[in-house]
Amino acid sequence: MAAVSNQAPGQLDQNFGGDALTLKPESYMSMVWRRFRRHKLAMAGLCFLLLMYLVAVFAPYIATQSYRHTDPPNRLQAPSQEHWMGTDNIGRDLFSRVIWGSRISLSVGFVAAGVAVLLGTVIGALAGYFGGAIDNILMRFTEIVMSFPTFFLLITIVSIVERSIFNIMLVIGLTSWPGLARMVRGQFLSLREQEFVLAARALGASNARIIFRHILPNAMAPVIVSATLRIGGAILTESGLSFLGLGVQEPFPSWGNIINTGRTFLRQAPWITAFPGIFIFLTVLSFNYVGDGLRDALDPRLKD
Amino acid sequence: MDKTWNNSLNHASTNNGLDTGNDDVLLEVRNLKKYFPLRGGVFSRVQGWIKAVDDVSFDVYRGETLGLVGESGCGKTTTGKCILRLEQPTSGSVLFEGKDVLSMTSEELRTLRREMQIIFQDPYGSLNPRMTVGDIVGEAFVIHGTASGHERARRVEELLKVVGLSPYHARRYPHEFSGGQRQRIGIARALALRPKLIICDEPVSALDVSIQSQILNLLNELQDDFQLTYIFIAHDLSVVQHISDRVGVMYLGRLVELTDSETLYSSPKHPYTQALLSAIPVPDPDHKKKRIVLEGDVPSSLEPPSGCSFHTRCSYCQDICREVRPEWREIEEGHFIACHLAE
Repeated sequence: MAAVSNQAPGQLDQNFGGDALTLKPESYMSMVWRRFRRHKLAMAGLCFLLLMYLVAVFAPYIATQSYRHTDPPNRLQAPSQEHWMGTDNIGRDLFSRVIWGSRISLSVGFVAAGVAVLLGTVIGALAGYFGGAIDNILMRFTEIVMSFPTFFLLITIVSIVERSIFNIMLVIGLTSWPGLARMVRGQFLSLREQEFVLAARALGASNARIIFRHILPNAMAPVIVSATLRIGGAILTESGLSFLGLGVQEPFPSWGNIINTGRTFLRQAPWITAFPGIFIFLTVLSFNYVGDGLRDALDPRLKD
Repeated sequence: MDKTWNNSLNHASTNNGLDTGNDDVLLEVRNLKKYFPLRGGVFSRVQGWIKAVDDVSFDVYRGETLGLVGESGCGKTTTGKCILRLEQPTSGSVLFEGKDVLSMTSEELRTLRREMQIIFQDPYGSLNPRMTVGDIVGEAFVIHGTASGHERARRVEELLKVVGLSPYHARRYPHEFSGGQRQRIGIARALALRPKLIICDEPVSALDVSIQSQILNLLNELQDDFQLTYIFIAHDLSVVQHISDRVGVMYLGRLVELTDSETLYSSPKHPYTQALLSAIPVPDPDHKKKRIVLEGDVPSSLEPPSGCSFHTRCSYCQDICREVRPEWREIEEGHFIACHLAE
């Protein structure tokens, strides 16, 4: 401390300047990454998720057997060297089914959360920025969608439209945006009154520039966090639908319908339910931790 | 300061270099009103109007600093925002170099932005935390397409030097700076388009006293270097006295007195101005000055008092004050006042 205060202010400044000039300036993304890495649980979650995505992509090479090959004599087998996770009620290899099932669960999460974020952000941003009649119409519409019990709405829609996996992703996305829209609207309402937005307006910035350059980047942190949490939620919703037999159809596996199968044999063969359950649990948990880590890393106002 | 900057400055100043005399009106504000609707009830009906700015008229001369003082909530900031059309005034007119600001199309308004800028009070809220200082200061060039690439970076560096920061600061984020430095960044941003008029909305009231004087000196220097005209909004009378050529005093959305700062501080005519000035502490223990203490609170701007809005707290109040709203009149050359009793 003493050494520092002995220096003239100008000298001190120059030293700082020298450092700053020789060092490569840190970009926003690299700063986010540096801060994210410090969050151990989030890093663990990220690693697990990366692993799961690799598994999903390379499922045909990782799965030791066919996911649809039945072998009734070897039904309800406990985990063994041949069947790492045991077999289900018609003798299918559970390990292979869980591996293949990861494709459904992980892609459902991404697409459904993507649709929800897109819709929620656009509707919330328009309502919050322009206010007045636009806000009124959009928010009443949001409240109408919100007031439906989501899961029953989902079940109704799924029983009407063709039950393809793509439709299920879309339907989950289309029913889960209202909360996000309200959150984004709230962000826009408070941010549009900030002085830096007024300053941009005083400089002559267009509405589009103010929305995309000034407000959205500041509103994005909670949106990204909420999106990662929503991926977890969407995975759970899909599992729930599949559990009820309304999701992915047999023989194609998803974690949800494997659990549905195992439900009947919970006492004789708990591993049928346990393994996909563990995967759902770990995946959703990982997304939640990654969301937490992102929230801390994305905010430059937090000190290093 | 950079050479090219000086050159372009000199070039600009040849157009108006000589006519910086005090009789050259840059901005004319006439009968400016801004009423905010107060909504309530089930269907958000308008239940009343908050008269934030109520019939304000004044001129701003080229090259001067016009101070606007008053208690918080008296409409000074709203006046500033209305001039820039950051708020849409309810009625009145604002003429900038003879052009009617309030009837401008959005395209004309964009051009006007190069002439008029604003510096904000809050050095934390006025800078986008997600943008680097270089992007913040250089944004004006992007919006108006006046410079790009290396040229933009160079002009940003110049601007940072002009306000007393270093070029390498351009790559930093606002949260890495102190309040005073942030205010310098805000000033650099306002200077980027080389405006003629800058509205300083309490630019120092959020800063430490020692930093305040630095920023005030910087504003003074910049005024000379760039032939700037300031509207300086503040609630601190001693700050305003230091920097202003003329001072206007506002109360409840109205101007009550406006004259050159020397006259205002030596012989204030309006009772409200007298009360305000008597509240300035004097650094002299033997100084015996009668302090005028105002009774009561500022009335609500939702239902301002009839007649003179100050009559509820004025010790000279007479019948006429309660009934008739005093006219905004010139009692001496350049000395405006809204009071029935002033001679």
